[in-house]
Amino acid sequence: MGNDLVIQALGLTKFYGELLAVDHINFEVKRGEIFGLLGPNGAGKTTTIRMLTGLSKPTEGRASVLGFDIGSEIVKIKRHIGVVPEISNLYDELSAFDNLMFMAQLYGVPRSQRRKRAEELLKIFGLYERKDSPFRALSRGMKRALTIAAGMIHNPKILFLDEPTVGLDVVAARSLRNLIINLRQQGMTIFLTTHYLEEADLLCDRVAIMVKGRIIKTGSPASLKAEVEKESVIEFSFDRDISELLKNLSDRLAGVKVAAVEPNKVRIYGGIRANIYDNVFRFAKDKGIEIQSVNSIKPTLEDAFIKITGLSPTIMAIEKGGRHNVAR
Amino acid sequence: MWRDNLRGIYYIALKDMRTYYLKPPSVSWGIIFPVAWILAFYLRNPRGFEELVPGLIAMTILFSTTAAEAVVINFELRLGSLERLLLAPISLPSVLLGKVLGGAIFGLLMVTVVTTGSVLSLGLHPNIPYLILIVILSLFVFSSLGALLCVLVKEVFEAQTLLNLPRFIMIFLCGVVYPVSAMPKVLQYLAYVMPLTYTVDGLRHAFSATSSTMVFTDALVLMGFFVLFILPAIKLLYKKFE
Repeated sequence: MGNDLVIQALGLTKFYGELLAVDHINFEVKRGEIFGLLGPNGAGKTTTIRMLTGLSKPTEGRASVLGFDIGSEIVKIKRHIGVVPEISNLYDELSAFDNLMFMAQLYGVPRSQRRKRAEELLKIFGLYERKDSPFRALSRGMKRALTIAAGMIHNPKILFLDEPTVGLDVVAARSLRNLIINLRQQGMTIFLTTHYLEEADLLCDRVAIMVKGRIIKTGSPASLKAEVEKESVIEFSFDRDISELLKNLSDRLAGVKVAAVEPNKVRIYGGIRANIYDNVFRFAKDKGIEIQSVNSIKPTLEDAFIKITGLSPTIMAIEKGGRHNVAR
Repeated sequence: MWRDNLRGIYYIALKDMRTYYLKPPSVSWGIIFPVAWILAFYLRNPRGFEELVPGLIAMTILFSTTAAEAVVINFELRLGSLERLLLAPISLPSVLLGKVLGGAIFGLLMVTVVTTGSVLSLGLHPNIPYLILIVILSLFVFSSLGALLCVLVKEVFEAQTLLNLPRFIMIFLCGVVYPVSAMPKVLQYLAYVMPLTYTVDGLRHAFSATSSTMVFTDALVLMGFFVLFILPAIKLLYKKFE
């Protein structure tokens, strides 16, 4: 493994009984980058993190973290990684400070440095004023911040973040993203999973798009967007919900990709512009629908995701448990 | 590596003591219940209370070690806090041993109070090394029994229910109140496959200072029970994280 590669996965596979959760994935993470696994819920992102951090054994394949094998040298790996699970799982009964002190004890931070390190992290995360508050009394954003602080108590070389901003309000999510960028600037490698396309676009140096247990594309957000830029992307807004007429519209536009971004809004990828305008206007006239606006748009990572996966972006808005997330 | 594991075991046990054990529900279940139970027998027959002391200590060991076991394992599994421990650079057996040690330390505190109180108030003269040997081994046996029964199930209430079954069967069959030898043959056989029988027996020998061979036999059997409980508990916990 090259010095620059801190994580390397080869054919990593996980079955839960009959269910194939992760399907022979291969990827590499470079030192100092923010690498994102992007995909809808149930894509296998969390299972991948669990395998890399020793919480779950791969059924097939292998992976190494910082040159150590995840099968035989997991304890060595754990000394150098910090993990922030999707659920903020510190101890309700302990104060913010005591939670960090316990983590410092568990990770073997030298006795003389524990207090200093815990206080330093509480200050960095803006929690110093609440250091004596029990974990259960903190707001959701504060709990998330403290969970990340706990993952960093031993100065890890790699930080694994599973859906870091899930459940946070817009302000807390924004401040957390800034913090992640700061950590990268300090030289930390960050491996994160997200189903928020904008988050991946904003934070990640490289993204692996994961769908149904497979990585179907890896690249920088810019390179993924560049694939779509070669083709035209036109967005049509209608005066009503056209969900039930979407198939009819697709049938009229053979050879191009039609995706509903909202119930009354579609994006059309590729094809000859004149033909697209002609067909869509004819469709609107036939169905008695009014076109409210037509925009030729600059592709986003969302457009690249739609083009690459063939999935509707609405699938990414579904939170675990089937809820739709609000605009962030 | 072993230093990491020892450190992990120690700090997990300390954390559990702080967050779960030294709380009113655990203290009441671990000490008040056995004392109330034995007092009921004492009030019925105030003479010969000395004979009930080994049973009282055995019950305190049983109830205090398992008082918060369901919470420290099943509740943490459910909340994901147990995963947090497994993310630390320590082995999974060390995490479980930390949980078992927490129960054992709490049990030791409760037993120390009950034993000291009984010995001083009744003027008893137990063989201290034998007493310590049987108490320490029993604390680990019942704490690991609690851990095993907890990892067998998923929910806290399932674990509590499952723990109650052996606890109450053992109170009646293992010589806590009635001598095993006075029970029907079939129940005697049943008593000999239960660890509390050897705790009570060992404690009786420690208090009567009779046969050292019998104390060591009881100690050996208790060691066997510890291995019998802790190994499958570790295996089952591994299975939960496969």
